[in-house]
Amino acid sequence: MPIEFRLKRQPTVPLEAEVLTPDIVCRLTNAEIRSLTVYHGKRQLPLGEFFEIEGEKSDDLILHGALNKIRWVGRAMSKGSITIHGDVGMHLGSYMTGGRIDVHGNASDWIGGEMKKGFIHVHGNAGGQVGAAYRGSMAGMKDGIIIIDGSAGLEVGMRMRRGTIILGGPARDFTGLQMKGGTIILMAGAEIRTGAWMNRGTIISLKPLLLMPTFVFNGCQNPVFVNVYARHLQQFGIRLPFAKKEGAYHHYRGDVAVSHKGEILIWQPTSQT
Amino acid sequence: MGLLKIAGGTVYDPANGIDGVIQDIWVQDGKIVAAPAGMDARPDRVLDAAGLVVMPGGVDMHAHIAGPKVNLARKMRPEDKRTGAVVRRTPITRSGTIGSVPSTFATGYLYAGMGYTTVFDAAIPPLAARHAHEELADTPIIDKGFFLLFGNNHYVLNQIAANEPERLRAFVAWLLHAAKGYAVKLVNPGGVEAWKGGADNIHSLDGTVENFGVTPRQIITSLAQTAADLGLPHPVHIHCNNLGLPGNWNTTLATMQALEGRRAHLTHIQFHSYGGQADDQGQFSSRVTELAECVNAHPNLTVDVGQVLFGETTSMTGDGPLGYYLHKVTGRKWANGDTEMEAGCGIVPITYHEKSFVHALQWAIGLEWYLLVNDPWQIAMSTDHPNGGSFLAYPQIVQLLMDRTYRQEVLKRVPPRVLERSVLQDLDREYSLYEIAIITRAAPARMLGLAHKGHLGVGADADIAVYTHSADKLAMFQLPRWVLKAGEVVVEQGEIRQETFGSTLRADTHYDESAIPNIRQWFEEFYTIQFNNYAVDDHYTPTGTTAVPCRPA
Repeated sequence: MPIEFRLKRQPTVPLEAEVLTPDIVCRLTNAEIRSLTVYHGKRQLPLGEFFEIEGEKSDDLILHGALNKIRWVGRAMSKGSITIHGDVGMHLGSYMTGGRIDVHGNASDWIGGEMKKGFIHVHGNAGGQVGAAYRGSMAGMKDGIIIIDGSAGLEVGMRMRRGTIILGGPARDFTGLQMKGGTIILMAGAEIRTGAWMNRGTIISLKPLLLMPTFVFNGCQNPVFVNVYARHLQQFGIRLPFAKKEGAYHHYRGDVAVSHKGEILIWQPTSQT
Repeated sequence: MGLLKIAGGTVYDPANGIDGVIQDIWVQDGKIVAAPAGMDARPDRVLDAAGLVVMPGGVDMHAHIAGPKVNLARKMRPEDKRTGAVVRRTPITRSGTIGSVPSTFATGYLYAGMGYTTVFDAAIPPLAARHAHEELADTPIIDKGFFLLFGNNHYVLNQIAANEPERLRAFVAWLLHAAKGYAVKLVNPGGVEAWKGGADNIHSLDGTVENFGVTPRQIITSLAQTAADLGLPHPVHIHCNNLGLPGNWNTTLATMQALEGRRAHLTHIQFHSYGGQADDQGQFSSRVTELAECVNAHPNLTVDVGQVLFGETTSMTGDGPLGYYLHKVTGRKWANGDTEMEAGCGIVPITYHEKSFVHALQWAIGLEWYLLVNDPWQIAMSTDHPNGGSFLAYPQIVQLLMDRTYRQEVLKRVPPRVLERSVLQDLDREYSLYEIAIITRAAPARMLGLAHKGHLGVGADADIAVYTHSADKLAMFQLPRWVLKAGEVVVEQGEIRQETFGSTLRADTHYDESAIPNIRQWFEEFYTIQFNNYAVDDHYTPTGTTAVPCRPA
């Protein structure tokens, strides 16, 4: 039986609720869960102050309510699942090493910040810095998958080293900023400066992108790895085109200001080539 | 203040030749006093030190704990703070952060918590002296001070080029006075200025600084002479040219020889003892044997080590070109700051890996220095905090020096090539507690010319560390039983018992008033700050200064 959390009191300032992870609640009784400490600004309060809680001792959490001000949900989780019905606040699933998070609503900035493994699916829109490195850190997400059905904000995948980010909607500026590896798939394109400062890694866009002058055109291709990737992504209901008869990818390498090893692939359907 | 007695401790006080003698130490009004006459003398408080080790408070003569460079490193490395431990607020202490560059309050607590009571920052641009004093004012418990950067100062270079030693002497004396500084520091003399001017760094003592027409050799000898003429409590403090570059031992040896018998302190000497070719890392080797021989033969020279310890830290140096070089080598982020016509700096995060040949050899070279200098009075313990590692690693160095089995164990883990390029494996020397007391307290205090520090004789400042004797030297030096600062018990078993504030140590220089108009004119022409606003006034040293006298020849 999953544990259900229903928001009963809207915090007036952001609530730091890193205790909302399977790793912490999985062995606790209902009373113990209610007495877990959360930080409301600088004040320490019991979790039960903000949530009605049903259930106990489970790896699966279900959260309900407008959780826009609830931060750090699923921080460093390694197992189990969190399902959120409603919007959720910043730092969702940051540092996570396993398990799964589903958001039926919108999420905020820093989803999966520096995550090592696991799966995050946001059915609505997300904020900026998805899978990114926290300020000053060398690397962002190191593995795992983040799927956003809707749009995303600035600096998606900033300094990511591995793993996959898939955006159904458009991203804003600086997608893949200083990327070191991994893959970002843009089903609906992105605004400006995509791939700025990228060292390695792959950005695939199904819509045209306005590229920086530091990306060099490298020919039209239908790389085999896209084929493999497309098959892998089918299980998530994502369709990545790869067949020659449908079109080809324009391949660019860069950012030549720092490296020639990053790549951006932009899909050109046959009708347009 | 009442009379306090530290009863029955085993005292190590090398400055007074006391090597593990059981005796009482009496303290009154912040000073060590003679045992009161008469049987009825009753102390107001007795610390029972039976079976414990009593030493003077530690003296760190070379660390980076204040000023713009340190603050820039804190700002540049949020990740260092985010993942680092924190110092929690208590009813008597403030909160703080640690990481490789602790915040000001944490710096004071952590030093005192290890039994250190006096610390000097090694590189402050005079123009930023005000800022450094502000940070030191927020650094509790310890007595503190700083060295001023002179080796790339335009006015200094001009006087050397014009062969005006009297004007130079007056300027040095005036600047130390105006900035409330302690000693003359040279950082890559001439090289920083050349690099700031857009030319390459200078790689030999006889290279020329463009626009000034002076050489590093001239800068070193002129300022060593000036410091001697002024009789500064601490002689010229030199960070040699070519820091960190393979083959730089030649430059270091040339610097020692160029001093021609003048007193000087060569700092973080570990970073200056490398053999090999600049372009070929494969040839990298230790040349400590030759350099230590030179130090052993020249009592006018003293050194501190700048020991490297494995782990993550931040390199920060007044040597701007070095910061840039490290950034190029490591690929890590980099920040650089220049201070008008005075100095520069560079900051780079750095991780020393046990499995890296170069890093492990640097570690071994540091230890070779401790073990190859015969007279411990010529060598001071340092990590060049935080460049080689944090000052928090000092107990670990003590363990490495006192326990050769432990040293050999670590040596087994490093790349085998290190054993070929260094003599560390063959060095059996082990430090005694007496020698540890020399290199961590007595010697640095003597090198700094602090007659009232680093010993437990009558009249000395009652800065005392009491340790619990243990075979585990790491634990012993990490957690003192008591630490006294100016006669107050400030630390008990590693916990801060009260927050006091120490004094700022400055050199009591006297300058020739007739030199002022020329300096004033220089300021009016070139500086962004008016001459009258330049000197640091007493508001910036709210807990007072201690003027350490100069002894002109």
